[in-house]
Formats: sequence, C-alpha cells, structure tokens
Amino acid sequence: MANVLVFAESRAGDLRKVALEAVTAARTLAEQSGGGQVHAVLAGAAGIAGKAEALAAHGADKVLVLEHEGFALYNPEALAATLAGLLQGGAYGYGLFSATSHGRDLSPRVAAKLGVGLAADLTGFAVEGGAVVGQHPINNAKVVATLALSGSPALLSVRPAAFQPVAAARPLATEAITSAVDPSASRVKVVELKQGNTDKIDLNDAPVIVAGGRGLKAAEHFKLCEDLAEAFGNAAVGATRAVTDDGWRPHSDQIGQTGRNVSPDLYIAAGISGAIQHLAGMRTSRTIVAINKDKDAPIFKIADYGIVGDVFEVLPALTAAVKAAKAS
Amino acid sequence: MKIAVCIKRVPVMEVKFAITADGSRYEETGLKYDINDFDLWAIEAALQLKEKAGAGSVHVVCLGPNAAQEQIRKAMAMGADSGTLLETDARVYDGLAVARALAAELKDGGYDLVLFGRVAIDSMNQMTGPMVAELLGLPVVTNVFKLDIGGATGRAERVLEGASEVVEFPLPAVLTIDDGLNKERLPSLKGIMAAKKKPLDVKPAALGEQAVVARSMALPPERAAGRIVGEGADAVPELVRLLQTEAKVL
Ligand SMILES: Cc1cc2nc3c(=O)[nH]c(=O)nc-3n(C[C@H](O)[C@H](O)[C@H](O)COP(=O)(O)OP(=O)(O)OC[C@H]3O[C@@H](n4cnc5c(N)ncnc54)[C@H](O)[C@@H]3O)c2cc1C
Ligand SMILES: Nc1ncnc2c1ncn2[C@@H]1O[C@H](COP(=O)(O)O)[C@@H](O)[C@H]1O
Repeated sequence: MANVLVFAESRAGDLRKVALEAVTAARTLAEQSGGGQVHAVLAGAAGIAGKAEALAAHGADKVLVLEHEGFALYNPEALAATLAGLLQGGAYGYGLFSATSHGRDLSPRVAAKLGVGLAADLTGFAVEGGAVVGQHPINNAKVVATLALSGSPALLSVRPAAFQPVAAARPLATEAITSAVDPSASRVKVVELKQGNTDKIDLNDAPVIVAGGRGLKAAEHFKLCEDLAEAFGNAAVGATRAVTDDGWRPHSDQIGQTGRNVSPDLYIAAGISGAIQHLAGMRTSRTIVAINKDKDAPIFKIADYGIVGDVFEVLPALTAAVKAAKAS
Repeated sequence: MKIAVCIKRVPVMEVKFAITADGSRYEETGLKYDINDFDLWAIEAALQLKEKAGAGSVHVVCLGPNAAQEQIRKAMAMGADSGTLLETDARVYDGLAVARALAAELKDGGYDLVLFGRVAIDSMNQMTGPMVAELLGLPVVTNVFKLDIGGATGRAERVLEGASEVVEFPLPAVLTIDDGLNKERLPSLKGIMAAKKKPLDVKPAALGEQAVVARSMALPPERAAGRIVGEGADAVPELVRLLQTEAKVL
C-alpha cells in the first residue's frame, strides 16, 4: 500500500482540467499499489481553497491547501521546496504531476532535491511488484518505451489527455499547509502571466482542433479557422511552425515536434502540408481530416478523410455544414 | 560572459524505426545522428550573448558515445570555443543519472549561464536542465522563447499551454531553450576549419545507479490508410456525413 501525493495544477485561480486528470491517475496508482490515500496539493492566492471540492469529487482523500499571495503566479522554487518537504518524510510512495509546462518544470526540481527517479510524460502505467511500469513516447513519438521506475518516493508525470477525469467522490477534507520557504524570497520570479483568450478552450483540452498552415496565406484568414472552431463550439485553433514563425499566430499555438503535442478526437488540418515535424505533434489524434489543394500533400497519408480543394472555398462550406448539423 | 551549453547527440528522426527481435531496444543500424534541435538553438543563444557582450567563451558538454565528438565539432564550427565529451556507450533513460554526470562536470566551471534544450527529441524527458540546476543550486527558467540578459539579471518569457509567463532571474542561472528564440546559424567553411584545432576533452562519464530503466520498446500502432472524400466544397456534405456516422465526432 502506498499513498500518492499529486500536484493539482491551477492557473490564475482556476483549476486546470489536467489537475482532475492527475487526481484520476493518482487514484489508479493508489488502488494498484494496494489501496493507499491520494493527497492533492493545491496552491494559489487567497480563494484557491474553493477549488478543493472538485479534487475531492475526483478521488482526493485530502486536499493540502497552500494559500498565499506568493503563489498567485507560478512560484517554482517555493513549490518545489514545499513538495520535496512533503514527499521526503516517508508518508508517500509516489509523487504525481501533470506533464505540462509547469509540471515538467516542477517535477525534475523535486526529483533532484530528493535524489529520486522521475518517469516523465507517461501515457499509461501499471504497478508491478511495487514498481511503476509505464509507457512513454520517445524518438519524436515514433517509438514507445516501457519504463520501469524504482525507489521511494518515485515521481512520475502523466501526459495531458492520456487519463480522462473520472468522478470518484470523497468527502471533502482539506488541510491548510504553509510554504517550506519564504515564497517572496524566490530567485526566479514570475512577474506576469500572459493569457491567451481566456474564454477559448486550450489546445490540450479541446476535443476538436482546427489547425491552419501557410495555405491560409495571411494572418487575417485565420478567421476561417476561428469560424469553423466556433461552429463546433468545443474547438480550439492551432497552427504550424511556418505560421507561428511568421507571427500570424502566437508561439503557444504551434503544434508539432518542437511545439505542442495534441491528441483531440478530431483534428482538421487546413492548408497544412504535413511535414514530419508537424505530424509528430498530432498523429495520435483520433480522427484526422485534411484540406489541401495539392492531392500529393503528405498530410493525406495520415488523414482519415481528405478533401482536395481550396481552403478558401472548403472551410466556409464546412463551417456552414457543421452549423447546420449542430442545429438539427 | 562565460557560458556552457549541454548538447545531446540524437538520431535524425526522418526514418522508420525498427525494434530489435527481443523487443528491448530500437535498432541503431542505418541511423544518422545530429545535435538535438533545441540544443542548436541553445548554442545559437550562447553565441549571440557572447557576441553581444563582446567577450567571453562558449563551452559545450556532451554525454554520449565516442562518435559524439562529431556533434561537438559541429558546435565548434558554429562558433563554440571548447568542448568536453563525457564518454559512455550506455543509452540512459534516467534523467537524474545524466544530470548528475553533467552537474559534476559543470560544477567548478564558474559559468554565468548554463544552457540546455527544452527537451531531447529522443528521450523526450524534458528534465535534465532543471535537475542540473537543482544539483548546482542555481536558479532555472525552462521553456525560454524570449530572452534578455542585462548585466547580472535576466528576463525571459516561457511557453505555457495557451499562454506564456514573464520571468525575472539573477545570474548565474540555468536556462532551457525552446523553439522560437532564434534560428541556428550554419557552420561556415572557416568555422569548420577552425573547429578542428579547438580543445576537445574526452573523459569517461560517471554514471551512477539508475532508478528509471527501459524494459521494452514497441512501435506505436499504424494509422489505417485514409481516403480522399472528394474535391472542393462539393465534398463537404459527404465529409460531414462520415464525421457523423463513421467517425462519430460530430
Ligand atoms: C527542427 C525543426 C522543428 C520543426 N518543428 C515544427 C513544429 O513543431 N511544428 C510544425 O508545424 N512545423 C515544424 N517544423 C517545420 C516543418 O518542417 C514545416 O516547415 C512546417 O510544418 C510547414 O508548415 P505548413 O504546412 O503550414 O506550410 P507549407 O509546408 O508551406 O504547406 C502549405 C500547404 O498549404 C497548401 N495550400 C496552399 N494554398 C492552399 C489553398 N488555397 N487551399 C488549400 N491548400 C493550400 C499547399 O499545398 C501546402 O501543402 C520544424 C522544422 C524543423 C527543421
Ligand atoms: N547526454 C546528454 N549530453 C549532454 N546534454 C544532454 C544530454 N541529455 C540531455 N541533455 C541536455 O538536456 C536537455 C533536455 O534533455 P532531456 O531531459 O533528456 O529531454 C537537452 O536538450 C540537452 O541540452
């Protein structure tokens, strides 16, 4: 039996969906290791405690609430010190993080402080004889490695969207904790959070992604992708590196080998050639649709459905058809 | 400005990988190697900072097989001044083991900055930089795509999912470099000639115990072949029908 400490990620006072995924994964880990407890760490400015309920609803036996102005923005040094402090007493067999920008910044700091192993970015795992054995994509996601992680506590991070949140209601139990170090004394200071459009869903959370490439010809034509995304209602807009390099879309919209890895239910690639570096970030999508005027474009090789045609004609027609389908 | 850059020799990914018959690893025969993409941008960042400061040095450190001297020479041809190879034939999956070996090498270097790539495209671990920083007791900013160094402090912007954050930090510091910061320069002919004479130190890598090991490898399931639904806007009704009835995503 081993208890699991899970870091529940929030941003600007809101719980992120990955936090619920992480608690679900932690629940699985606790059950598989013989039925331990799941404790979630929730850090933020005053008011963050109000988000503890959702964590309990997904299986956190206790929520450790770190409420302080010094955690209004990401405070990696104070968080790492606090998490390392919680993990080092022997109370936990595992520490679990989301394999997000923050989770992948925080978990290696904690692992190095404790001198323990970290298995990152797992898409699945099982506990075998006390050791976590998990799957992790390597070589640009062209190979899947099964890694075995030993030691205690052992740290792991789980890939966004690999574990869907599952309700597993626990009575809400919270405990206020304090930072292991003075949060205002951190050398690394996040001074500003630049949020994209906050009422749009994030690429990693969106079940549908409409991605645009250089075939859209100019920044303003991304309106066509935005319109289609809006017709779906649950979609986000992504882009190729050619597009983010030209500044048509922000850097954080880039999908691919050196951008973000996504696996939505539906990925629509509009005016995208399908370069290997782009495919590396989206080939695990459940259904892929490609719209390209070049019938030999490599994107058609991995697309489930292709339309050979001009994005300036096909996208508006598709937007109208999706609207009609949604309305009926 | 004294800068160290950690660079990794990684397979060129434009290939179809094969798994050995015993399923324990991927085949190496036929693979080509290069410097990890992100590390090229880290080298470029270091060279630009040195050029801007008008003085200083760029030292590259690589843990890998003897053949990785090729990647160190390439970094030198781009403009790095010197290099160290921590030699090992082991394929290491435990990021902390690598970080410990690199930290031991960097510890007494007196660097103002130690740069890493955000992630190695082979391991996809994304952990070595922050681990080395912890082991050295240095501040670290990861996923940097904008950078401004002024004297003893720096300001960087780092990528988040759908957002970014602006971070201030003191030097000396560790940074991990993301796509978008710069485009790497190509080695010039003059650079390639000069690289041959630059100091390259080779010593055995001190790899300790490993808590993370690879048990087996597999290829991800292939995507079933898709189909062209049709041409132009006329194909849209059929696409929508397929999305509704076959793919069930609408
Ligand atoms: C180290 C490295 C890392 C990289 N990382 C990434 C990454 O993370 N993500 C990424 O995306 N790329 C990445 N790239 C870049 C990648 O190699 C490609 O250059 C890029 O993906 C191309 O983007 P694109 O498809 O938008 O543009 P293009 O390749 O120019 O393709 C445009 C497509 O639009 C089609 N088209 C043109 N007009 C129309 C029209 N009117 N209607 C319909 N179709 C039209 C064309 O037929 C063409 O297929 C990386 C490259 C390198 C070297
Ligand atoms: N064997 C290595 N030798 C030198 N640097 C490395 C090595 N492995 C990782 N790194 C550095 O750490 C970064 C992140 O690697 P990883 O944590 O393996 O994804 C790389 O971009 C390199 O800068």
